[in-house]
Amino acid sequence: MSEQSEETVVTDAPLVEAPADAVAGEVVLRLTDVVKTFPGVRALDGVQLEVRAGEVHCLLGQNGAGKSTLIKVLAGVHRPDSGQVEWRGEPATFANPQAAMRAGIATIYQELDLVEDLSVAENAFLGHEPRRFGFVRRGYMARRTRQILGRLGHAEIPPNRMVRTLPAAGKQVVSMARALSHEARLIIMDEPSAVLAHDEVGNLFRIIRELTAQGIAVIYISHRLEEIREIGDRVTVLKDGRTTAANLPARDTPTRDLVSRMTGRTIEYVFPDRPADTGPGAELLTVEGLTRSGEFADVSLSVRAGEIVGIAGLVGSGRSELLETIYGARRAEAGSVRMAGRALRPGSVGAAVRAGMGMAPEERKSQALLLGEPIYRNVTLATFGRYARAGFTDAGRERAEADRIAESLELRPRDVRRPVRTLSGGNQQKVVVGRWLLGDTKLLLLDEPTRGVDVGARAELYQVIRALAARGVGVLLVSSEVPEVLGLADRVLVMREGRVVREAPAGELDENTVLDLVMAGSLMEGAPA
Amino acid sequence: MSDTSPTATPERAAQLPAQSPPVDPAETAAASEKTTHGGATAGRLSWWSGDSGEGAKRNLGLIGVLLVLIAIGALTRSDLYSNPDWVWDNVLSILKLASVVGVVTVGMTFVIIGGGIDLSVGAIVALAGVWCTTLATQSYGAGGMIFSALTVGLAVGLVNGLLISYGRLVPFIATLAMLVAARGLAAEISDKQTQVSDNQFINGIASNSLLGIPLLVYILAAVVAAGWVLLNRTTFGRRTVAVGGNPEAARLAGINVKRHSVLLYALSGLCCGIAAIMLTAQATSAQAAMANLYELDAIAAAIIGGTLLSGGRGTIIGSLLGVIIFSTITNLFAINGLSTEAQNMVKGGIIVAAVLVQQVQFRSLTQFLGRNRLTT
Repeated sequence: MSEQSEETVVTDAPLVEAPADAVAGEVVLRLTDVVKTFPGVRALDGVQLEVRAGEVHCLLGQNGAGKSTLIKVLAGVHRPDSGQVEWRGEPATFANPQAAMRAGIATIYQELDLVEDLSVAENAFLGHEPRRFGFVRRGYMARRTRQILGRLGHAEIPPNRMVRTLPAAGKQVVSMARALSHEARLIIMDEPSAVLAHDEVGNLFRIIRELTAQGIAVIYISHRLEEIREIGDRVTVLKDGRTTAANLPARDTPTRDLVSRMTGRTIEYVFPDRPADTGPGAELLTVEGLTRSGEFADVSLSVRAGEIVGIAGLVGSGRSELLETIYGARRAEAGSVRMAGRALRPGSVGAAVRAGMGMAPEERKSQALLLGEPIYRNVTLATFGRYARAGFTDAGRERAEADRIAESLELRPRDVRRPVRTLSGGNQQKVVVGRWLLGDTKLLLLDEPTRGVDVGARAELYQVIRALAARGVGVLLVSSEVPEVLGLADRVLVMREGRVVREAPAGELDENTVLDLVMAGSLMEGAPA
Repeated sequence: MSDTSPTATPERAAQLPAQSPPVDPAETAAASEKTTHGGATAGRLSWWSGDSGEGAKRNLGLIGVLLVLIAIGALTRSDLYSNPDWVWDNVLSILKLASVVGVVTVGMTFVIIGGGIDLSVGAIVALAGVWCTTLATQSYGAGGMIFSALTVGLAVGLVNGLLISYGRLVPFIATLAMLVAARGLAAEISDKQTQVSDNQFINGIASNSLLGIPLLVYILAAVVAAGWVLLNRTTFGRRTVAVGGNPEAARLAGINVKRHSVLLYALSGLCCGIAAIMLTAQATSAQAAMANLYELDAIAAAIIGGTLLSGGRGTIIGSLLGVIIFSTITNLFAINGLSTEAQNMVKGGIIVAAVLVQQVQFRSLTQFLGRNRLTT
């Protein structure tokens, strides 16, 4: 712990402070000059944060700004090197996550840490099950869980249901139930809306409002500014591990200000201009009558060379499953997939890749990356065979190719020998997309390419995608964010309940129309069985 | 963190790399020189274990353990260690002791890095040994015996792989079943008798030396060298790491994960076939109970050597050091006239200690290196 005074803190941007009486509740958490370093990286470099009871305090910052590290410090995963953490008026250090939980700080991570094969109640009370003589009091636990779920407005979730069978939104509710089972005074939510479909976000906000009404403080992390406007009370902005603005009013601070505090830039992400109509390219991908029961039915679509086709739809509308089936990662029950007129062997990723397809899957870490391996090996994962001679790999050539990709995608850090694990989400996504810039990819399938990616990296990814199309690569893009689909794609398909309900040039659709189409009729709850 | 450089401008992004242009060697060299910044340590040590600096550090730890064991030997039997001729002979006998299990461990290392496990290796060695020493096989001479041992090993490994990949059996179960079945078949073929090998060429593999070094040690060296090249320098090795590290990512990158798994078990079987010839030569006979518990020795050696049991990480050099550490312990007990029972207890302890030491040493070493890099 250092006794440094505030004067010694050097920030490159002036620290902005809003009037302290913006929120009435007492201060529950105060961080002063918190520093945390890792080998080679100064992850937190003087963070100030003040959170009051009953407020939703939003944390903004690009990927790599230090948000994740900050959360882990608060959750007791990391201990700060210096600086002060004051919890409910007293200096505090949390030796481990259990200590933080006992103190009343609960964290809901982006990747939910639930045990899929335990019940809702068992997950809610995991690690602190109510016991009598060493036996778990199952009945009592179920009753308490039902109470908590009721408090969260989700009394309809049965406490004995297996978590595996719940949709993503339901799992999130279970995570919150776990937080409440600890009598948490502060709940940290790391991009809770990233896994939710549009209508479920409203439900999340309702729950958050109920929590804050009970005096619980919430630290809310999101890349979506409109969410912060809607749910947030105050905003703290991080950049390069430092607080560049503290306690801004969430509703009234101009977007321009927030973005510039975050990035040092004054624009929000923009979509690259569509090139002047160069006439349709040759038809590249032709999908006819593709069907997998319970996921999607009778989907036909086509992608031309140099065209970006976007698929809009809710989670559970079958869009990710459709993409994986086109790619051969799932086997179609009916219908055909053809590349440049030639039918692909169903259920064979190898055949799809050989035909020139590449995919950036929805779950970067679990579906796309070898986290412990160096960046260059991840970039060349699909192409190292091409650089090999007689089965012998050419590491020098691979590094050179990966370097070229890193250069053109502005990967940070640039050193391609570093393990992918050490990269931020946006940069990891660049590695996954960059993989398919090598070789002769003709069609790129992108599933939620900007999930968990910050504003700056997003704009960069959009440029990359547009540049690819300009080079004649066809792109099939799936995204939950309607503006993204409309802004980036040339042509848009709207999916609902496993069917394509509308197909039109992006210029003929607007956000409200698409949202209406996406959500019309009965809503599907999560993924179908 | 330098995560905030300005957004790619359209012109900038438009300069995306042309697809796979020819790369001239000079450019490649320049590029790799550029990348050595911050990765200098990894670069310098890379000949140890491909591009993995972690593996090299781990291996240094193992060499330390080995030196400690030798030091204990020298302290407890200073009378023997004062004779250089005896020391050289003793080194050779340790390596000879390590040779058979060493060959099996190379195959096992591939299987484990690839995300599997092979419990049937000892049984495959026994089956291949018995098969190649039947009177019928021996009548074809040394060539026939070697061919049959290798073929049997490869075939059994293939069956393992097919059951696991396409029959979707869990590797543990499939190879456990194979362990039981292969030993049963070996007992059936040999009629539970010890089959003596009359072939002088085969027997000579164990008794002959070249330039003062036993042939068995050359075979071990050859298999280790081939394994190292295969793992670190070929597409097969890269696929192995990818398939074990993240099977889903490998599959979505277009790698045929199932076929590769089959090949891994076949490779392990092939190594068992080689080991069967070596072991048969050593005993000048084969029987169904030979190579007992080799699976445990091989797994333990691989794990000590830093191979991750969940797959995706491991080195051939580490596994070799693991095997040599085990045979050095055996040797240490033999020269001190101690019992096998005590030896096994110590081996168990060594497995735990080696893994614990590696974890601690590795963590502190990376922290040390990281801090150094920050301050300089």
